[in-house]
Amino acid sequence: MRFAIVTRRKWFFLLSGSITLAGIIVMLIFGLNLGTDFKAGAQIQVQLNQSFRSAQVQQAFSTVGLSVPTGAVTSAGTNGQTAVVRLGTTLTATQEAAINTALHKEFPKALVPAEFSSVDPMIAKEQSQTAIWAVALASLGIVVYVAIRFEYRFAVSGIVALLHDAFIVISFFALLRIQVDLPFIAAVLTIVGYSINDTIVIFDRIRENMKAAKVKTLRELEELVDHSLWQTMTRSINTVLTVLFAAITLFLFGGSSIHNFTFALLIGLVSGAYSSIFIASPLWVVWRSRSFGKSKKKRAVA
Amino acid sequence: MIKWGRLTTFFVLVVLIFGIIFSTSKMLYTRIPLGLDLQGGIDVLYQIGSNGQTVTTSDITATVAALSNRINVLGVSEPQIQVENGNRVRVDLAGKFNQLQARQFLSQEANLAFKSPTGQVLMTGKDVKDNAHYEADPTTGAPDVAITFKDAAKFEAITQKYLHQRVSIWLNNKMIDDPTIQSVISGGNAVIQGSPSVQEAVNLAKLLNAGALPLPLHELSSMTVGPSLGQAALHATLIAALVAVILIFVFMILIYRLPGVVAVLSLCAYIYLVIAVFAGLQVTLTLTGLAALVLGIGMAVDANIITYERIKDELRNGKSLQSSVVSGQRKALRTILDANVTTLIAGIVMYWYGTGDVRGFGVALITSILVSLMTAVFLSRTLLQLLTRANLVKNSWLYGAKRKVAASK
Repeated sequence: MRFAIVTRRKWFFLLSGSITLAGIIVMLIFGLNLGTDFKAGAQIQVQLNQSFRSAQVQQAFSTVGLSVPTGAVTSAGTNGQTAVVRLGTTLTATQEAAINTALHKEFPKALVPAEFSSVDPMIAKEQSQTAIWAVALASLGIVVYVAIRFEYRFAVSGIVALLHDAFIVISFFALLRIQVDLPFIAAVLTIVGYSINDTIVIFDRIRENMKAAKVKTLRELEELVDHSLWQTMTRSINTVLTVLFAAITLFLFGGSSIHNFTFALLIGLVSGAYSSIFIASPLWVVWRSRSFGKSKKKRAVA
Repeated sequence: MIKWGRLTTFFVLVVLIFGIIFSTSKMLYTRIPLGLDLQGGIDVLYQIGSNGQTVTTSDITATVAALSNRINVLGVSEPQIQVENGNRVRVDLAGKFNQLQARQFLSQEANLAFKSPTGQVLMTGKDVKDNAHYEADPTTGAPDVAITFKDAAKFEAITQKYLHQRVSIWLNNKMIDDPTIQSVISGGNAVIQGSPSVQEAVNLAKLLNAGALPLPLHELSSMTVGPSLGQAALHATLIAALVAVILIFVFMILIYRLPGVVAVLSLCAYIYLVIAVFAGLQVTLTLTGLAALVLGIGMAVDANIITYERIKDELRNGKSLQSSVVSGQRKALRTILDANVTTLIAGIVMYWYGTGDVRGFGVALITSILVSLMTAVFLSRTLLQLLTRANLVKNSWLYGAKRKVAASK
């Protein structure tokens, strides 16, 4: 006896709906912690190779005439020995050189020259617009392709699942106050690609089973989709496991500069595997069942 | 009966794949250009001219030429200069060099002008040969920059016309020297005095040789990564990749047994081909790109998983081992194509729309999808069919099916 997924769809819709709602609330209250790429200024990321206090970093910066507010120093990396400093203004080459010297003096084990990035307000604004357009365009391209190869209901259900995944990752980042930068956009786009990839494999099986069977009632449709889900379940689990192996090792060993990036991937991949099974397919059932629901009901009444 | 011909072909293919991998992969790997996040360097985006200023195509061409001259003078190899969005230019310099000096040098203006007492421009930096060099003043020992004019006759005429008058020398609209012409100078040699230090005189000479910028450059964004930091990131990511690959290999062999081994073989070919594509097309490998490739391994495995699950389905339906493999592969192919095309769309959008990191990620994603289709589908397919048709293995347990199924056969 296998677990019936489609008939329990209300619970999954409720779960995902409430996570999404929580995400919206968090975003409205706190907003995203935008990085330098989207919010002009400068960012310095340096591997100090020792534990540190924010005050020490602030002290190093004050020796070169830069005042750093308390909240602007955060730690990163698997062991928290990397300092990330945010400044409101861009830095010149001379300032960067001075910061390197000051950091080395305060933290002898630090890996200098550090990583600096400075972004002008004009570029920051453009980059945020480009990011939104990129996600929108990718989604649109996928909808068109799936609508042509399958049908529009599959396309829209797939996209809902995909946006759900992108949104869950964004909510996590808003909630945990993790910085959102350009690689984060690449991560979201990968999740978009992976999520739809995962969904298509299941939809393909549903389409194949639909050809063989004559489905007339909601009950039969639920059965068929459940059967398809379980037929592809081993593949869904094994695939997400292998991709997770890659993402987890990158997260643990891949260096501090892609830490946030791989964290986004981790959440997105898990969410992508979940939504393909528990959101996309049940959603399609609800929609598809309407097409024969009308004629059936009439006959039942008569 | 075992068909030795097919079995031999299988092993020849395997030996061939590993032969190529072992003999050439190291050479190819060292040829891949690394992004600045993996070997250190600077990336600066400049705006040409001031806000709202109209910039002509010739201004842009001249700016790019001036920048590449300056990079040449710095001695940084393989620079990347790209024009973006009409009036912007992005400079990527990777490797070990003095980052502070390079960044200052790139955008420093060097507009030299020789003016008459009435302020008329007589000569500019364009009239000077590119052999300017530092010289200690013979009498005072102060740092000077010695220059030679391209047109010695023109300079001679000027010295004649303004004999016993002052001809001022201006650098970036600031007067740096105001000498009186003592005698008519032939031969076109002159000296610019007034450099505050030897270092500045050397720098000015270099700038004059590299040529002036047609319009001032304004830094819009910049990114600098120290060389040791870049190497640390590369090292860390490669270790992560190695661990991920080993985990995935072990997983595939444990779960899918014989086809799992075939999957591992084709994954080795995948990794090799990706390296070959990056080296062959000289695609710059960035940190996010490397992450995309590692993730791509996970996705390349998916094509194998889809196929092997299909084969198991066919076995469960009571088909023979050989026909299960053939029909399983055929049915899986359409699914794999549809799934990969959708991911490809995301990759193309990233490449087409993104810059920097996002673009690098897009390139890697596109490469990994195309290569994985080649290896995970065609190579893995051929290898598995050869192995199955060789009739060596008759036990479907080895194909990942349950023992019960195998026993009932």
